[in-house]
This record gives sequence, C-alpha cells and structure tokens, in this order.
Amino acid sequence: MKASTVIVALLTGVLFGFGLAYSTMVKPEVVLSFLRFQDFGLLLVLGGAVVVTAIAYLVLPRIMPRPLLGGAFGRHPSEMNGRTMGGAALFGVGWGLSGVCPGPAIAGLGVGNWPLLIAILGMFAGAYVQGLLASARSPASPGAAR
Amino acid sequence: MQQFFPNGIEIYLVGGLLLGVAVSFAFAMSGLVTGMSTVFSSTWSFVSRLSYFRQDRFVSSRGWRLALALGLVLGGALFLLTAAHGVLFQTQVPGWRLAIGGFIAGFGARMSNGCTSGHGICGIASFQMPSILAVVIFLVTAIATAQLVATLGGV
Repeated sequence: MKASTVIVALLTGVLFGFGLAYSTMVKPEVVLSFLRFQDFGLLLVLGGAVVVTAIAYLVLPRIMPRPLLGGAFGRHPSEMNGRTMGGAALFGVGWGLSGVCPGPAIAGLGVGNWPLLIAILGMFAGAYVQGLLASARSPASPGAAR
Repeated sequence: MQQFFPNGIEIYLVGGLLLGVAVSFAFAMSGLVTGMSTVFSSTWSFVSRLSYFRQDRFVSSRGWRLALALGLVLGGALFLLTAAHGVLFQTQVPGWRLAIGGFIAGFGARMSNGCTSGHGICGIASFQMPSILAVVIFLVTAIATAQLVATLGGV
C-alpha cells in the first residue's frame, strides 16, 4: 500500500469527520428527530454530499487519465440482489433503533460522545457474524461474495 | 420552513458540502471510494482467518480504511476544539439500543455492502440503481423502527 493513499485517507477522514460533527450528525438524537419527521436537516446533509460527489464522479474521470497520485478511479460495488436489499432493510432497523450509522459512530468519538463506543463494538460484532455466515456459505470461493 | 427545519438549514448544507468535498478529494487524489462501513469488515482481516475476511478487497484496503477511521475521530476532535469550544456532547440514547442497534446496523450494512455513506453518498452519486433502491429501503425501515420506538415511549 502506498503511503500517499494512507495520507489521503487520513485527510479525507478529518474533513469528513469535521463535516459530520458540524452538521450534528454525530448526535443520534438529531438523526432520530429526522426519522420522526421533526427535523429534515439530514436530507440536506445527504443531498449536499451527493451533489458535490456526483459532480466529482462525473467530471474527474473525463478530464484526468488517473487520480493525481496514481492508481485508478474506483467505483462503489453495488449489486441488484437480495443481499443488498435485505442487508439494507436490516441496516435501517439498526439505524432507526440506535440513531447511529458507521461514519457518525466513529467521528462521534472525536467530539467526546463516548457512549458511541458501545455502538462501534456492536458494529464490529455484527460485521464479524456477517463474515462468519458468509464464510460458511462459500468457503471455497473467497472472492465470489462481492 | 421553521416547521421542517427547527435548527435552520445552514449547518446541514455546509456540513453536507464538506462531506462531498471530502469524498471528492479521496477520489481525485487516489481514486478511493470512501464508504464508511467496510472498515468494520476489513479490520477483522488483521486477526481472522475466515475466508470472507481474507478477500483481497478487504486485505488490500484495510490499511487506508483504518487511516480513514482515525481521520474521522481526529475530524470530530478538531470540531470539538474549534467550533464547539470544547463543549462535549454525549448521547442520551440508552446503551442497550446502541449495542443492539449497532449490531444489527453493522450486520446489515456489511451484508448489503454499504451504509448511509457507501450506498447513500458514493452509490447515489455514481447513479447506481441498486444503491438508490437500498437507500429507499433503509430509509423506510429506519423511519418505521424509530417511529415504533417513539410510540413505545423511547427517546
């Protein structure tokens, strides 16, 4: 792994974490107030992020042969199948119960929201069980389960 | 407006634009697609021998994904020390909901291969129909769950 990739990821995290804190998404109470139709701010956060990102995803690969520091432009792995949709349905239940999703859970530690450590441990445990079940399903083809 | 946005729209719009700039920066510099839930799988590849976690997509990205997670904490801390003037915020959502909700969200996001950032930002921004559908589905189940909890008297 290139050192530049690690540094870019670190800086990306700093800016992303600051944005999550600035927009109060690190407060589960604010996320829950959106899900209860009391404050629709979350839609502005998501919408603002999507617009900027969509422009970058559309324009950059057309004007640059490769990323500035080398490598190749990636693409989010997204497949139309039951796992994607079933997993999304489950994710929503967990998100709606706790008010916490992966990015804000981690960034929330930075603003001193220590109780979110409980959610992070829960996410690591959930991800482990998912990997355990996926491994049991297709032990011979580790690359297949994209 | 006040009715739908009791806390105004500025913090949400500026925050959202910052998220977009961050994701675009990672893409422009190194071509990275920065969904946030993958770190919960890729980090297991350091210690687990399970075939699922040994996939190249986890092993080859686990280093920068951990750096991304560390950056998230630092970014939150930077906000705390600057804009928040050192005033800590701690959630009142009960621990059992954080634990069980975190477990289900972690399991579901990894099964689905994306969360609010992976499907929500990166997936929608690349106009991928499975991600758009996934976002609609998790919004529906999250709203239903949160409304049910509220009806039962939760925070």
